[in-house]
Amino acid sequence: MKRRDFLQRSIAGSAALTLGGLSLESFTEAPKQLTILHTNDVHSYIDPFPMDHPKFPGKGGVARRAAIIEQIRAEQPNVLLFDAGDIFQGTPYFNYYGGELEMKLMSMMKYDLGTLGNHDFDNGVEGFYKQMPHADFGFVSANYDFSKTILKDLIPPYHIFKRHGIKIGVFGLGVAFEGLVDPKNYGQTVYIDPLGVAKEMVSELKTNQKCDFIICLSHLGYDYINEPAKISDIKLAAQTSGIDLIIGGHTHTFLEKPSIVKNLEGHDVVINQTGCYGVNLGRIDVFFEKGKKSVHGRSIIV
Amino acid sequence: MTTAANLKNYNVVLRRFVLFLTFASCCILSGCSSSVTQIKGSNFAVTEKAGSSSEIDKFIKPYRDKIDADMNTVLAFAPQTIDKSGKLQTPIGNLFADMTLESARFLLSKRENKTVDFCLLNAGGVRSIIPKGNVTTRVAYEIMPFDNNLIVVELKGQQVQELLEYFASEKKPHPIAGIHFDIKDGKPENVFIGSVPFDNNRNYTVATSDYLYNGGDNMLFFKKAVAKYDLDYKLRNVLIDYFEKNDTIVPDASERVHLIN
Repeated sequence: MKRRDFLQRSIAGSAALTLGGLSLESFTEAPKQLTILHTNDVHSYIDPFPMDHPKFPGKGGVARRAAIIEQIRAEQPNVLLFDAGDIFQGTPYFNYYGGELEMKLMSMMKYDLGTLGNHDFDNGVEGFYKQMPHADFGFVSANYDFSKTILKDLIPPYHIFKRHGIKIGVFGLGVAFEGLVDPKNYGQTVYIDPLGVAKEMVSELKTNQKCDFIICLSHLGYDYINEPAKISDIKLAAQTSGIDLIIGGHTHTFLEKPSIVKNLEGHDVVINQTGCYGVNLGRIDVFFEKGKKSVHGRSIIV
Repeated sequence: MTTAANLKNYNVVLRRFVLFLTFASCCILSGCSSSVTQIKGSNFAVTEKAGSSSEIDKFIKPYRDKIDADMNTVLAFAPQTIDKSGKLQTPIGNLFADMTLESARFLLSKRENKTVDFCLLNAGGVRSIIPKGNVTTRVAYEIMPFDNNLIVVELKGQQVQELLEYFASEKKPHPIAGIHFDIKDGKPENVFIGSVPFDNNRNYTVATSDYLYNGGDNMLFFKKAVAKYDLDYKLRNVLIDYFEKNDTIVPDASERVHLIN
């Protein structure tokens, strides 16, 4: 009887799995769409700016962002929601509650993944650890080695999402601590050169994990015109290959539209950043088609 | 017996079927054959047109109410806006450095019976201005959202020289108090600490923040301090306590850094 139960369960399971797959793969020829929504440097800005604010009058606000996200989710079946760091610090909400409210609200909005910005260390590695239970979503970081800290094994280098047969690999990169984060706050965390790490990540995600699309959640900063030696999203895109999309942060850069940069192989990399304080929301729609690797490339509309 | 045999055959068929289905679904789910054909990207503003999630609003309210009750408390009055105008010093920077030096002197004399010679903060640490009108607790939080502490370090003359050279090369309005000097050809000169000319052969006590002491803004001279006094007092509380003690807030406009060329 036990065996029979097991069989019945297996059949039911497999059948359901396959029917799901068949209905998508065999009977649908339309391209599949992935919708990526993202924020960065929200810095504990939970309420909208007042109407008389000199820079962002009447903009931002978590409740509004939630309404927009809800609406997009109603229209799109495959939504991924990311944050590129500096969730913490900037309003009394952080001073009073240490990031608890930020994490809880992001969980309510169903964020899928985040990475750490320099200000996410403002209450120390312990301060971040303390807020992690309030987050229903994960964090990735490939170039911060947390192995000697309380965050050991809690923040993997990457995460792979599977959406309707498409594998999306997402890895995180953080900015150097020097001159930016108090040593007492990052503690035993070790910063590793992002460029080398990024290459390892691409090789892992593309070659070993067979991802169809590779995203870097970066808090490196968009571009440093006056500091040519400093790594940035622009340089990361140009000096690597295999990354499809960089979702950036740190420099509070308000991009009117996403940037396109040629990588080492001459392929286009899309870079986007939404500024700061939840004033804007970024949206990237990616269309996939099954079949052999496309020889005619992809079109990018920004 | 017959039932058992039948069941066995049935099992074989089923097992194959299960195997086939599992194999088929693996292929489909692996998705190794999908490729990107198009990417569309945009950024759009979050405004009131989006509507508002009542669920989120309701969730935020108790947190907001508690903060608002504290933040809206009026502590003082500013007859004029105290802003960030100026190249090497600003009204808000002068005010912040003056009150920090005053607090540090008071605390260090009580605790260690020592004096404090001057104060250096960083321009980037002054996050906002004091608008004309009522000065609330919120203003203090806006100026100093970070939980940095006030500390006093004792520096050798050599490190004070490095500090001055740093300032002269940076040319940013880093708030200073208790010290004044000229900058000529990118070098500090005519340096006075208090009312006495700077002496390279003696030590000085400097009020600053733990953030800068720990290398923030690359003020690396602080790390070479011969002594350090952690006052366990948040810079934001320097502001709040000053506003509580003073009814009218007016910054001191005296020139602290003079650019000769």
